[in-house]
Amino acid sequence: MSQELICITCPMGCHLSVEKAEGGELSVSGNRCPRGAAYAREELFAPKRVVTATARAARACAGADSCAEAGRAQGLLDAPRRVPVRTAAAFPKERVGELLERLYALEVELPVERGQVLVPDALGTGIDVIATRSIK
Amino acid sequence: MKEMRYDSVVIGGGAAGMAAALELAGRGLSCAVVEREGHLGGILTQCIHNGFGLIEFNEELSGPEFAERFEEKVRKTAITPFCGTTVIEMELEGDEKVLSCVSSELGVVRLRAKAVVLAMGCRERNRGNIRIPGSRPAGVYTAGLAQRLVNIEGYVPGKDIVIIGSGDIGLIMARRMSWVGCKVHAVVEILPYPSGLTRNIVQCLNDFGIPLYLSHLTTDIYGKDRVEGVEITPIENGALMTEKAFKIPCDTVLLSVGLVPENELSKKMGVEINPMTNGPYVDSSLMTSVPGVFAAGNVLHVHDLVDYVVEEARRAGAFAAEWLSGKRSQKEIRVKAGPNVRYVNQSRIDPARDNKLYLRTLIVKNDAVLEVKLNNKVIRQARKSHVQPSEMLSLSLGPADLEAALQAPDSTLEISIL
Repeated sequence: MSQELICITCPMGCHLSVEKAEGGELSVSGNRCPRGAAYAREELFAPKRVVTATARAARACAGADSCAEAGRAQGLLDAPRRVPVRTAAAFPKERVGELLERLYALEVELPVERGQVLVPDALGTGIDVIATRSIK
Repeated sequence: MKEMRYDSVVIGGGAAGMAAALELAGRGLSCAVVEREGHLGGILTQCIHNGFGLIEFNEELSGPEFAERFEEKVRKTAITPFCGTTVIEMELEGDEKVLSCVSSELGVVRLRAKAVVLAMGCRERNRGNIRIPGSRPAGVYTAGLAQRLVNIEGYVPGKDIVIIGSGDIGLIMARRMSWVGCKVHAVVEILPYPSGLTRNIVQCLNDFGIPLYLSHLTTDIYGKDRVEGVEITPIENGALMTEKAFKIPCDTVLLSVGLVPENELSKKMGVEINPMTNGPYVDSSLMTSVPGVFAAGNVLHVHDLVDYVVEEARRAGAFAAEWLSGKRSQKEIRVKAGPNVRYVNQSRIDPARDNKLYLRTLIVKNDAVLEVKLNNKVIRQARKSHVQPSEMLSLSLGPADLEAALQAPDSTLEISIL
């Protein structure tokens, strides 16, 4: 049995070929680094993705109809409205929808530091969601 | 009017601008960075997806993280950032370059420097550039504008999306729009192969079951006040199959149809532009046709990866510093794009030093060979397991490879893909 995959670990996009030997051993070829082999095994049995999204910046929006209105009221024409976030590691693919719902419901108090954990142990996976930009 | 003098000025505070400025400042030269937006970071700040920094930091970061790491380095140096400041004109006065800038904080400012590094990045091509027929309803956006609206401003520009063009930004936006709850109905590409990185086809389209129509042209956009749909026509053997045209209803069209280096300022100053890249012609030290004006990053040619942008910009910064110290290349050889090569980023190289060249191929091929000829003699052949126009290739050539050129007075290097 042979299966073709494209590695998404990095932008090189290696074309992987996965062979299953009789003993059930997987052999991966076409990868230019060890992460390719690890990706192929994971993609076949438990696919994961790094999830990136944005969360609402709380300060600018509190008590106003819209973030823009709140920003203007505070004299902050370009008051930050969204805080970019990501999972600190690849996240189980089948639970991404559930995670996004959690993230869109999130309000992040400013200031926030890059790398700050916003959701520890998201959905009990052991994976944290972190802020990816410092906003004062 | 306020006038300030620096050893060097960098136009653009994105990845390229910051990397070039850090090199200049690291060599003890005074340096100003002029940035149009209110903060450093350029386009990276709206690219919240991951995949940045694998070469630079050996980790996979999002755009804002990558930008902030560079910004922190900049803040630790004596570099003067002028944020919220736009360069409106660049003129030559003797060997000095005079930049007229405007900002709401400082009014009109003049910056003077002997060396300038162009790092203005690129612009998106829009509907006018590709001439899509049809009415002019609301709901047609470039992918990068939609990305800004969603990721920075916090607005979702539609519900039912069709993406025209399969460039990376379009693919990334297909996933982003899906993740914010939109339905992406199709990605339509005129060419027989995708324009974006293969990994993005996998993780942005295949993961969401979004159909990719290759060799299809968008022949109409419908709708009066708001987009109501698009008409898609297959192309077979170079001919439009009008009888096979079909409609896809949607309320929003995103365009990801290529990027053009932003060289309005450079052209006005007399910098010669290469029609293949829309960026300046540069010599072995990344210097344009105007002495003392260097270029790097997407203003020079559109890159796939910010890591390559940073690498190129560092060299531009270092070359600008060398130039300011009076060092000039003794000898240069011509660089020519050979068969199946669309362009090579430098038009000349110096055989006495280590050179790094970036190039793009015209073809899609497995088991290709990158061949380098010096004065019609093959000096290198490198096997490439897979080449395609959307994936940039690089090549390093040092004095050992180019020895023959040191003797020959007039040499040409030709790079081909076979």
